[in-house]
Amino acid sequence: MNESAWDGTLSASEFSASAQAFAEKWKLNNPAYPPWTWVKSLEVPIFATNQVSLVEEGYLSLENVCIVKSNDDEVASCVEGEASLYDKEDEESTDSATLTSSGNDNVQPYYFDFHIIYSASFRVPVLYFRAYCSDGRSLGLNEIESVLPANSAKVLLESKWTFITQEEHPYLNRPWCKLHPCGSSDWMKLLFQAVEKVDRPAMELYLVSWFSVVGPVIGLGIPIQMLKEP
Amino acid sequence: MKEAQEFVWMGAIPLQIHLHESEVTTVPPPPPALILAPRIGYLPLLLPLIKPYFSSTLPPGVDTVWFEYKGLPLKWYIPTGVLFDLLCAEPERPWNLTIHFRGYPSHLLIPCEGEDSVKWNFINSLKEADYIINGNCKNVMHMSQSDQLELWNSVVNANLEAFIRSSSKLKSGTIEDDYASKSSLSSQKSQKMIGEADTSVQTKTGKVPVRLYVWNVSEDFGDMEDAPPIDSWDRISYVNRPLEIHREEGKCFTLHDAIKTLLPELFGKKRKPKGEGNISQPLETGSTADDDPEIKLLRIQGIEPKLETPISWVANHLRHPENFLHVCVYIKVPSAKSL
Repeated sequence: MNESAWDGTLSASEFSASAQAFAEKWKLNNPAYPPWTWVKSLEVPIFATNQVSLVEEGYLSLENVCIVKSNDDEVASCVEGEASLYDKEDEESTDSATLTSSGNDNVQPYYFDFHIIYSASFRVPVLYFRAYCSDGRSLGLNEIESVLPANSAKVLLESKWTFITQEEHPYLNRPWCKLHPCGSSDWMKLLFQAVEKVDRPAMELYLVSWFSVVGPVIGLGIPIQMLKEP
Repeated sequence: MKEAQEFVWMGAIPLQIHLHESEVTTVPPPPPALILAPRIGYLPLLLPLIKPYFSSTLPPGVDTVWFEYKGLPLKWYIPTGVLFDLLCAEPERPWNLTIHFRGYPSHLLIPCEGEDSVKWNFINSLKEADYIINGNCKNVMHMSQSDQLELWNSVVNANLEAFIRSSSKLKSGTIEDDYASKSSLSSQKSQKMIGEADTSVQTKTGKVPVRLYVWNVSEDFGDMEDAPPIDSWDRISYVNRPLEIHREEGKCFTLHDAIKTLLPELFGKKRKPKGEGNISQPLETGSTADDDPEIKLLRIQGIEPKLETPISWVANHLRHPENFLHVCVYIKVPSAKSL
């Protein structure tokens, strides 16, 4: 791109590259969480064998993230399959979702699936997510908002950039929740100008920076280490 | 241009709407409702016309309306004409739909709370198209609430005159095409896009908002009548990707080119377009023209435009009020080769 000023967006191939970088950093710095996986999103079945010239399109997926909310309004998150709640002492982490709970008996685990999908129209990533109970029942939008950690609810309310709507998943033909992308390019631009003091970022870091803003809204912070250069 | 716009806005589908048998509480059951639905409209907007037919027979409870065709719950945010073009390989007149007032399949369909949901969805699509055409949503964002409402109402009422007035505030742009303007379609160039007022602005990004609905037909069928019904939305590939027009000197970017650009997975870029010569070049793998996917049917606004039509003409004349071009296409992909 040779535009004079960066508009805060990225191309499909930049997204794919950035997604890979994000997933690698996440794996390295967030071992308590399952890794993000790359799901190929080829909408139409392919029968040709010559794919070399095509950009691999897909999205990032993180599923079965357990978020536990006790009646005390504190939230912890745990990895699917772990018997006990995650112990904060093991890691110097700024992740707000790994707070240990007060050990209250009235805990109700909810499971979240997160997909980071590229929007070709807006040229930005978009976060889709859904939540369900241990019995498999899907949570409605209102329920999800009440289940999110207290500080995410705060971010949601106070931020003019972030609101959640219920829309159809671009590939799965099911209703999911979506964090609206409208302002993404604006705040990405601001983020890089203010924080990184560069006019154009190294595009590989796009998703890491993007997630540092979006993650806390849905209760997933990222460790500081991820934001640093490798 | 005005003629094409009138054609699009006046397009309508005759519907015969049956109440689902589980919700019929009277004997004899009520006759179906016969409704003429605007192509550019949406099914939930027809509820005020339909409800009177069935209100006396419904079981008690709150209405959660949804429509279904041969067992397939219909996505309410897809324009009625597009649903018809996609799901009825052989056009059915009247189109027989089933309406439900209870038991909304919320695991499959996003919620619809009446006209407001449809309007919200429409305005969002309008913003998305605005972003694609202009690189920002300013045109739509700067419309006042009352202007947006006026625009929306003109769609609800399928009132083209009102729409033209309201949308003059939106600079929707035209797609300029040198090739098309030099040909017999040159009269199109001087005509305006949506709105009679001077809103003709060249699209800044050179991109066209398109929504493609692809049905990959695995079997061969002679007549459209024999086409298997679509029993699940998983059979349809939905491609919501802006179309980038590649201008080549002396060449026209056709509708066919557009489809190939939007579906690179099917129409591999290494192949030469079929138009050049009779047989495309063999690939490294030794495959021949027989391996090209075949476009069995392509429908836009109920018509089947010739594939050689310049895409600029198609997009300028056949798009929906929210500025998206909706294209239904049935493609037959040859059977998988061994790797």
